[in-house]
Amino acid sequence: MVINLRFFNRSELMGFIVLAAVLFVILPLSLDVFRLNLVAKYLTYAFVALGLVLCWGYGGILSLGQGVFFGLGGYCMAMFLKLEASSVENTKIQSTPGIPDFMDWNQITSLPLFWQPFHSLTFTILAIILVPGIFALIIGTAMFKRRVGGTYFAIITQAVAAILTILIVGQQGYTGGINGMTDLRTLKGWDIRPDHAKVILYFVEVVLLFACIGIAQFIRLTKLGRILVAMREQEDRVRFSGYSVANFKIFAFCMAAVFAAIGGAMFALNVGFMSPSFVGIVPSIEMVIYTAVGGRMSIFGAIWGAILVNFAKTSLSESFPQLWLFGLGALFIAVVLAFPNGLSGLWADYVQPRIDRLFTSRKSKSAWKDNSVADGAPAE
Amino acid sequence: MSDEANKGLLSPLRRKLLMGMAAVPAITMLPRASFAQAPATSAVNTTGLAVTDTEVTVGILHSATGTMAISETGSIEAEKLAIEQINAMGGVLGRKIKFIQEDGASDWPTFAEKAKKLLVNDKVAAIMGCWTSASRKAVLPVMEQYNGMLYYPTFYEGLEQSKNVIYTGQEATQQILAGLNWIAKEKGAKSFFFIGSDYIWPRTSNKIARKHVENVLKGKVVGEEYYPLGNTQFNSVINKIKLTKPDVIFTDVVGGSNVAFYKQLKAAGIDLSKQALLTISVTEDEIDGIGGENIAGAYACMKYFQSLDNPNNKAFVPAFKKMWGEKTVIGDVTQAAYLGPWLWKLTVEKAGSFDIDKIAAASPGIEFKGAPEGYVRIHENHHLWSKTRVGRAKLDGQFELIYETADLVEPDPFPKGYQ
Repeated sequence: MVINLRFFNRSELMGFIVLAAVLFVILPLSLDVFRLNLVAKYLTYAFVALGLVLCWGYGGILSLGQGVFFGLGGYCMAMFLKLEASSVENTKIQSTPGIPDFMDWNQITSLPLFWQPFHSLTFTILAIILVPGIFALIIGTAMFKRRVGGTYFAIITQAVAAILTILIVGQQGYTGGINGMTDLRTLKGWDIRPDHAKVILYFVEVVLLFACIGIAQFIRLTKLGRILVAMREQEDRVRFSGYSVANFKIFAFCMAAVFAAIGGAMFALNVGFMSPSFVGIVPSIEMVIYTAVGGRMSIFGAIWGAILVNFAKTSLSESFPQLWLFGLGALFIAVVLAFPNGLSGLWADYVQPRIDRLFTSRKSKSAWKDNSVADGAPAE
Repeated sequence: MSDEANKGLLSPLRRKLLMGMAAVPAITMLPRASFAQAPATSAVNTTGLAVTDTEVTVGILHSATGTMAISETGSIEAEKLAIEQINAMGGVLGRKIKFIQEDGASDWPTFAEKAKKLLVNDKVAAIMGCWTSASRKAVLPVMEQYNGMLYYPTFYEGLEQSKNVIYTGQEATQQILAGLNWIAKEKGAKSFFFIGSDYIWPRTSNKIARKHVENVLKGKVVGEEYYPLGNTQFNSVINKIKLTKPDVIFTDVVGGSNVAFYKQLKAAGIDLSKQALLTISVTEDEIDGIGGENIAGAYACMKYFQSLDNPNNKAFVPAFKKMWGEKTVIGDVTQAAYLGPWLWKLTVEKAGSFDIDKIAAASPGIEFKGAPEGYVRIHENHHLWSKTRVGRAKLDGQFELIYETADLVEPDPFPKGYQ
């Protein structure tokens, strides 16, 4: 408890307990497997949002290409699963049995070389972390060492997202093209499709998410985290103080990429397929929107943002098949206009002070008041 | 009792019940028929589908939003029309069809999610839906895992067959071969230039077309080019066409790209009344966007045109326009989507049950004589026997029927010698 108190301050601890209670206890008990599986899908975006909090919220690096890393992680996982689903027995109807179905449709007659290592699960897990990590390292080094930042960096990440989509769609013999990789079935012989498997995968994902939250919180609390914030506020001062700004930026960007990739891999496992529609510009921007709605400065806020926005997407589209996109758009505009710090800002301005008042007999802390004034939120 | 009846006259439902009661003596003269009319729910639904004594729920799953909405709207409209007509005739096994519409939002994973929702939460008895191959590929594992039944309307590349899908559009060999034979014979065509959008359907279709041109027609393919979906720059390929001078341009460019493609062809001075062009991807819906004047003279090869002259179609087109407006046009896929609910109704009635396994088993051999395209029948492989037709585009955006196969063409999703 003492360690916890130091690791999280009181409001963060509250956020931690609430999130853990909801994800570990309340949702699994109250939802059927279908809805729980949907939550698992939403949570894959929470990984991305978590990465964006580090990279954008703390480091001030806006990346509009997180879909790239989500996609790379997802595709690595999907390649492994697809190979396992494409056993000679399962694919005997093809002209070349034993290779994934989309290769057969594209007249490829043997498994390409770069697919070979994905027979191994160990390699796949390493690839999920390393492929996006190294890719982010290359982009980050190329950009930050030359002091490309801000808007230009955002535009370039967006271009990378567009390029990767075109590459995947164009090379359909090797990637499944626009259809993506569908019909993923088993993980080391364990069927990922039945209900009980979905429940287990959900819990695995939640545990992973909390591990990532722990890492993100640890980074925040170290000197590294403080330098990131300092860099966001006054990059030149940090540079003049003798820090290598580029290296810190590269680190934050790589961490965000790895988190996104873990989300992508969990997506492939939970949803059972992967397609270029998660890689391109639109999904990448959506990922930034989740984070903005939840609050880019707050780890828990961003996670709630990812969950709630996707939940809104599902329920609005179920209730209003033709109008839901307008509703969602209005929601984004409303949130950004009225609460620039997202849901977590709302919490900090209105809910937190009341809770504090409950806990302390002293007058409500002036710190919260200051915050709300600085954010330009209307007075109560 | 009489008091009850008087009150009942106020509500339409009660009135229907009364009419039903009045009909009882008439029905009792045909004792077998009265049982067949509304069998007990427990007998026709042993797997927990959404079937009550008066209603059965089906799902409609298409893109109402996003880039595919323009194409899929016609399918949604056709399916709703069919459901309304079936309900007006008394429904299926005495039950009215109720539908739940979900939006796939032109996004393949969303299709999978919504299909799962329809099957798991709503327990729908059948789903009419999907349009692109990608959305079908995403939905297929869901249909197989949860044992649903999908009626899929689009002409597609084949290489697929499932217990849980009825393909009401044509597969590639059905659509393409008759058209190629016709143009080879009619125009003496020997050289072909293929242009397609870059995804699985055009690539597979062109593979089949190439084998047919080279092996059967003894012609040659002088060019084969692919462009990303949504591409609008076709000038380089048009220059290649001018250089190679093919007898036939064979295209499977889809969606909005068509508009740019035909306008640029015209601007480049290629006159479609002299240069033969055979498309398998332009229906009346696409011409709406392309403009009749830009495509007049081109040949299209598919199974249905709005202008077909047969009694079924003469009833279908006005009914469709009455429900959805005078300006709407009806393309091949829209008609195929209209077949879905009807084929399902006929199959359920033959099987005497809503159970998916029984429907899957009863499907082969189901005949639908009221199809706007004429007569269709479900094959063992869950595709439809259907005629293939060639039409020539006219200035007003309609097709003029030029040729149709004498017999129904057998569906062959895994064609030997074409893979």
